[in-house]
Amino acid sequence: MILALDTPPIDWFALAPTLALLTAGALNLILAVLWPRSWKRPTTAVVCALGFAGAIVAAALLFSHSADGHGVIADVIQRDRLGALTAIIIAGAGLLAIGTSYSEPMADDHIAEYYALLAWAGAGMVFLASASTLLTLFLGLEWFSISLYILCAIDRDLAGSLEAGLKYLIIGGFGSAMLLFGSALVYGATGRLEFGEIANVVQAQNLSGDALLVAGLALLIGGLGFKASAAPFHMWTPDVYEGAPTPVTAFMSAATKTVALVVTLRILVTAFPQEARLWTVTIAVIACASLAVGNLAALVQKGLKRMLAYSSISHAGFMLIAVASDNALGGRALLYYLIPYSAMSVGAFAVVAARERELNRPVTLDNLAGFGWERPLLGISMMTFMLGFAGFPLTGGFVGKFYVFAAAYEHGWIWLVIVGLAATAVSLYYYLGVIRAMYMRPAEELQLAPVGGSPPRELVLQSTVTAALVVTVGSFFAVQPLIHVAKEAAASLPF
Amino acid sequence: MSSGWLTTALILFPVAGAILLWVLPLRPFAVGSTALLFALVEVGLWIDSVAQFDFSQPGLQLDQRTSWFSDLHVSYHVGFYGFSIWLVGLTTVVLAAAIGYAFWAGRERPRAFYGLMLLLTGAIVGVFVAQDLLLFYVFWEAMLVPLYVLVGVWGGAGRLRATLVFVIYTMAGSLLMLASIIVLGLSQGTFDLVTSGTNGSDWIFLGFVAAFAVKAPLFPLHAWLPEAYRESSPEVAAVLSGVVSKAAAYGFLRIAIAKFPGPVSEFRTPILVLAACGLVYGSLLAFRAPDVRGVIAYSSLAQMGLITLGLFAVNDLGLNGAVLQMVNHGLISATLFLLAGGIERRTATGELALLGGMARGRPALATVLLTAGVIALAVPGSAAFAGEFAILAGVFQTGWGYAVVGAVAIVLAAMYILRLISAVLHDRVGSAVPEGALDLRPAELGVVVPLVAILLVLSAWPAAITERSFVGSAANVVGRVAK
Repeated sequence: MILALDTPPIDWFALAPTLALLTAGALNLILAVLWPRSWKRPTTAVVCALGFAGAIVAAALLFSHSADGHGVIADVIQRDRLGALTAIIIAGAGLLAIGTSYSEPMADDHIAEYYALLAWAGAGMVFLASASTLLTLFLGLEWFSISLYILCAIDRDLAGSLEAGLKYLIIGGFGSAMLLFGSALVYGATGRLEFGEIANVVQAQNLSGDALLVAGLALLIGGLGFKASAAPFHMWTPDVYEGAPTPVTAFMSAATKTVALVVTLRILVTAFPQEARLWTVTIAVIACASLAVGNLAALVQKGLKRMLAYSSISHAGFMLIAVASDNALGGRALLYYLIPYSAMSVGAFAVVAARERELNRPVTLDNLAGFGWERPLLGISMMTFMLGFAGFPLTGGFVGKFYVFAAAYEHGWIWLVIVGLAATAVSLYYYLGVIRAMYMRPAEELQLAPVGGSPPRELVLQSTVTAALVVTVGSFFAVQPLIHVAKEAAASLPF
Repeated sequence: MSSGWLTTALILFPVAGAILLWVLPLRPFAVGSTALLFALVEVGLWIDSVAQFDFSQPGLQLDQRTSWFSDLHVSYHVGFYGFSIWLVGLTTVVLAAAIGYAFWAGRERPRAFYGLMLLLTGAIVGVFVAQDLLLFYVFWEAMLVPLYVLVGVWGGAGRLRATLVFVIYTMAGSLLMLASIIVLGLSQGTFDLVTSGTNGSDWIFLGFVAAFAVKAPLFPLHAWLPEAYRESSPEVAAVLSGVVSKAAAYGFLRIAIAKFPGPVSEFRTPILVLAACGLVYGSLLAFRAPDVRGVIAYSSLAQMGLITLGLFAVNDLGLNGAVLQMVNHGLISATLFLLAGGIERRTATGELALLGGMARGRPALATVLLTAGVIALAVPGSAAFAGEFAILAGVFQTGWGYAVVGAVAIVLAAMYILRLISAVLHDRVGSAVPEGALDLRPAELGVVVPLVAILLVLSAWPAAITERSFVGSAANVVGRVAK
């Protein structure tokens, strides 16, 4: 050894969820080369699913053994329940996304790489969820982003897939640059990278309101806003969601949003408590903008994927209300909200994927006609997801919105509650529009002949949708245990 | 089985029926009969709950409470008061009649249809027994979803527009109510309706009033009403006007009046004026309506105005009369809508100009329609007369002007009901009435006659409800409920 590096003690357990996914990805790359072509699809999907399942188990164990959050590996990673719960949500979304991918008509030759990238994207997100320095923040963000750039463009037979990947790459690169620049400014102001230390230095040197620090904070929020697809950083969302293969869209809409919002909450609360007066208002404004843009633009969409993309923007708005509340109830609200939201989001895109395969063309409101009656399970699931997005009871979406509004009320912002309720009222039009399209318009009206024969029996997809349905409805009845878990996780943050 | 479980069973039993229908691949006939069986057993469950209810006790009975999520103090809390038990009875009876009617008339996609009807039953019962604000809201919204689909799928040609307007109106009101619930519940530290105290905030009060006034509907928030009542199938219209509107009146009583004594006295005059306007305006529109459903729909608007008058009189007579009239009007309008459905089946139209002369050779139809009509126009001695008289006497104590308006409206009611009866039953035989149009079939009679029979019983014995809704002074009980 010429150069002796001091390696810090490594807490492998804290890294276990990430490692499970990394291993699954690596295995899949080996399989890509060695495995017979006809076995690749099932085998690599199973390996990837095992990776995500392993990540869930590891994260669950981590959750129960990390009651007191602390930094590990030279304090670049925070081992706490917040990270563990987020990892569980991400990995759950990943599992559902695999189920959605399974019968996606993709060419066989890149299928192993597809699942490898999916696992790595998940690994990057899980890593990012526990990042506790600006460096690991950027590392995790780029890690999953690069995987997603490729995933968006992976289906070369799909018109628009490549364009989606390129668009995401360019705009995502811009977002990353903002984040990096913001990190540099914050480092310049405080001289520290660790979230907790930044707060301590600001406190000790009375840096609150420092121009460098505030500019850095603003750029950080912007950079994370890109990933959470919050307005005004949302422009890429509809195009990318529409162009990317539907299972990838499903995964992005749930997992990327989850990790981006959790990290936003973590960094704002741990690194910038002194600037709370500034960032709560900023986040509230971003939330309102997202609600306005998402809901109003969704009203006029004909394509279902675009509509769901705008709907995901509006949900970023709802969840940012919880972040803006800057209280323990808000943290709880965000983490609870993410659970049904992720399930509904992946589930809805899974149904879209099923219809896409049936018709062999993009799904619009018009060609959904009669779908609810033809495919009862998928129809009723889609109806539940739409009702859940709209915040109707008997879905977790209702309780999530209730908690978000309760958090805003506790912060003393009744106006934000009113904005959220107005947005909900607007959103009813397009969510119920999907139900109207599926059930209330006869299919004959369209003269749209399905490809022929009875619809394919996609058992994997149907069980995926059923699982999403169970989570959506189950989270309504099991509020108490879920909120308890969310409360424990939010307790990792210094509110 | 502890008595609280009975209340829960009243909610869950129809829901279980709905799930059963959706899961089991039954044949259409079996689906309809199973649904009817569930609806009738539900009526039986209600009778059992009446038997177990002690009408001499003022407090909450047959109650059950389990924490739902503890950090915000929300619980599953259900139970009965005297007045709510009658409304639950109305719900179970009307829903059973509606399901029976649909079974007879036949509906496409029966599993979905009857499942939704049973789900709706559970949701409406839930609204009447919920004793937690958030739970109330949950049932309130759960009521909207099946209604939306029922009108939107099985409705007439204009159903899409009708559902859209209906949903926009009701949700605008409901979301304001949700804002009120959040603020009220969090500021009081509990969402429980029984343990929480009264509140003096005008804004919170108005949020609740918005939701109830839209759903009732109260003039001038009734724009959704004519289309929704015209475009839905007859049994759904019967449920909408007979039962769902009563959920709104119940909300006025249980939440707006009981929890906000201050704002009630402050806003009583505008609400009473709007109710009186609705009463007269609805009656006039009913008199001018060109079709059977229009008459019933607008008379429903008028009757809800009258009930609101009684409620916001906030005295013994007014409240007792309002509860009685809620049950009366629920039964009457359900009967009339189901009869309208029967008439439309025979003539393929509801236009009064094309109808007429149906009494000749159809004695059953004539008798039932005439009986229901006579009760609806509040002939002395009828149940509706008792209800309306009590309401007018009650509101007279608040201001004689309202009572005068109410009395005028009763005259108008006589006019529009008699116009309806004569346009359908008498006059020349209408061009749309086929020679061979049958009299009411036994199945139709089986559905409608029980409703009319209950009305006749109530006519003979209105005290069954008026003396068993509130123990002692009604105003006190509202106060006690509020405690």
